[in-house]
Amino acid sequence: MTLAPAIGETSPEKLLSPVLSAFWDDPRPWSLDTYRRHEGYEGLRKALAMTPDEVIAYVKESGLRGRGGAGFPTGMKWQFIPQGDGKPHYLVVNADESEPGTCKDIPLLFANPHALIEGIVIACYAIRSSHAFVYLRGEVVPVLRRLHEAVREAYEAGYLGRDVLGSGLDLELTVHAGAGAYICGEETALLDSLEGRRGQPRLRPPFPAVAGLYACPTVVNNVESIASVPAILHRGKDWFRSMGSEKSPGFTLYSLSGHVAAPGQYEAPLGITLRQLLDMSGGMRPGHRLKFWTPGGSSTPMFTDEHLDVPLDYEGVGAAGSMLGTKALQCFDETTCVVRAVTRWTEFYAHESCGKCTPCREGTYWLVQLLRDIEAGKGRPSDLDKLADIADNINGKSFCALGDGAASPIFSSLKYFREEYEEHITGRGCPFDPARSTAWADNHVEVTA
Amino acid sequence: MTDVQLGMPELPAPDYPADVRARLEADAREVIARYPDSRSALLPLLHLVQSEEGHVTRTGMRFCAEVLGLTTAEVTAVATFYTMYRRKPSGDYQVGVCTNTLCAVMGGDAIFEELKQHLGVGNKETTEDGKVTLEHIECNAACDFAPVVMVNWEFFDNQTPESAKRLVDDLRAGRPVTPTRGAPLCTFRETARILAGFPDTRPGAVEAGGGAGPASLIGLKLAKGEALPPRVVHPRGETAEEPPRDRAPHDRPIAGSGHLSSHDAPQQTSASDPKHPAGPVSEEGE
Repeated sequence: MTLAPAIGETSPEKLLSPVLSAFWDDPRPWSLDTYRRHEGYEGLRKALAMTPDEVIAYVKESGLRGRGGAGFPTGMKWQFIPQGDGKPHYLVVNADESEPGTCKDIPLLFANPHALIEGIVIACYAIRSSHAFVYLRGEVVPVLRRLHEAVREAYEAGYLGRDVLGSGLDLELTVHAGAGAYICGEETALLDSLEGRRGQPRLRPPFPAVAGLYACPTVVNNVESIASVPAILHRGKDWFRSMGSEKSPGFTLYSLSGHVAAPGQYEAPLGITLRQLLDMSGGMRPGHRLKFWTPGGSSTPMFTDEHLDVPLDYEGVGAAGSMLGTKALQCFDETTCVVRAVTRWTEFYAHESCGKCTPCREGTYWLVQLLRDIEAGKGRPSDLDKLADIADNINGKSFCALGDGAASPIFSSLKYFREEYEEHITGRGCPFDPARSTAWADNHVEVTA
Repeated sequence: MTDVQLGMPELPAPDYPADVRARLEADAREVIARYPDSRSALLPLLHLVQSEEGHVTRTGMRFCAEVLGLTTAEVTAVATFYTMYRRKPSGDYQVGVCTNTLCAVMGGDAIFEELKQHLGVGNKETTEDGKVTLEHIECNAACDFAPVVMVNWEFFDNQTPESAKRLVDDLRAGRPVTPTRGAPLCTFRETARILAGFPDTRPGAVEAGGGAGPASLIGLKLAKGEALPPRVVHPRGETAEEPPRDRAPHDRPIAGSGHLSSHDAPQQTSASDPKHPAGPVSEEGE
């Protein structure tokens, strides 16, 4: 049985389910002491009492799916690692959180790094790995500091190093800081980067499970996926499955941002709706209404206020024509120009395209040229079809999903806001005043709000 | 512009002085030991040489190549791929304004424009006193704290043009500056050393800034039945009021087209800095 929150439910106590974020308000939530006080490393003890294959089966049966965007079942990823092949196996945690709008792993690692480390030990035990890596984007030094400290504490306490808790598992954990490249969030580019190369995606197959880091079997998992594993082991797969839906069980972090009254992290069972999140948190900023939003970062096709009741789980968002992605709910109100927003995202993709595949490298460049012209009032009516055509020539035609991500905002904004593009062309410029969109634009009215 | 070389080979970069080299080699051994394959140490080693000189020099790249058994071409190819490696002398404080869509719309564009005016520098340029290098950056995973400014990759959340101008003024005047989350600021070189994998040893650095930022705790507070805190206030003594910005429409920065950014402009390649031309007559360190 699964319990999806009732549609009419509005009480945050019933709708939210803090697990990973449950003690972030403690005075020192990042420390081993605090983590242990909140039953930290208990899941690991349970895992070590099982065989590695049993752990893999257990995680598979829990239904945990990847929290980094694609939603691939975590246990299945672990199962793909060939056993008894005589090669080293590696676990690489993708902490290169860079998808525009996405801001869950960074606060998670800042406040609760031990959840990740415990998950790493469990995963490495399961896939028979003796060396794990955390690839953290370099631009977040406060998080790196706490990760360094948490790893030091974990070694000292015997959760890492030789013979972890007497289990016979030897495990090294290396924290690796990246150097600024969105593309390294793509798992094969991340592996190339971790090997000391330019971060460019690899052609698949072979998949990382067969030939990943140093051409050895490798699991690449998102931070939140791995950090969710200890609670599943400790509190049980049935507890986990009691949240969310049949195909999207469990809890997850939703990141609300933009023109909302209370931006922040909301940990809830999968399947909550944006309407429920907004209702409990004061809605949009006073006096404004929702215009468009992304369910999971800029690479997921945008939604409008028609989609407020879409269940935010893998199936629900997929059925509505987008992707759950990273649950980065970036909300923009009616003061925001959609052409400006899409232009900026497209500039981002053009900047971050690694240049390996021609459709993405050239296509994103030309999209930017067209969009800048349209925004500046120099566009032609035929440019809109040209935009769609170029996006279509990028989508699905490159090694990795960066190009697909670049096409998403183009397709979806043309679908819902074509008239706004036309207005820029016929009106010879942007009808919006960017000053009205700023966080401080309404400060004079907010005093009374 | 890059000097035309017509195939003239470039002399190797000079080595570090012997004592510097010995110290860096000891550090490099420690970094390399963390990886099953030495080449994996290249990114941290580039952070390490950046911590030595404030940017990645040809000398630094030569050092990385030598300790890893790579060619300088291989190292250069990597160093020029990643945006965090600076390729020319830059300021003690790298001030990055997020101008990806969400932060830009929430005010990042206005902050970046004001800082350019205020400091008299453009994107990726450094103030004359060598203190501040200004750049616009991409999404830094703090959208619930928008608009975000990063200084040496520490978070300055919920900024306004006024708070950002005060911030850079304080940095230039040498007044202490505290990030909204995380430890007291260190210089760019010290930051680069942490990025190379050497933990921050300053007492209290890990503790500083508290457990989690206010926005990170909002869902938890609601789940516990607590009332929502009042709106997150601006840091650093910012008042709620911002003077209304009365500018004619044509004066205001035009989003996108006015975004004179590095986005897809031709990027300088590694040795194209005019102060360090890639030629046999000029060597770094001379």
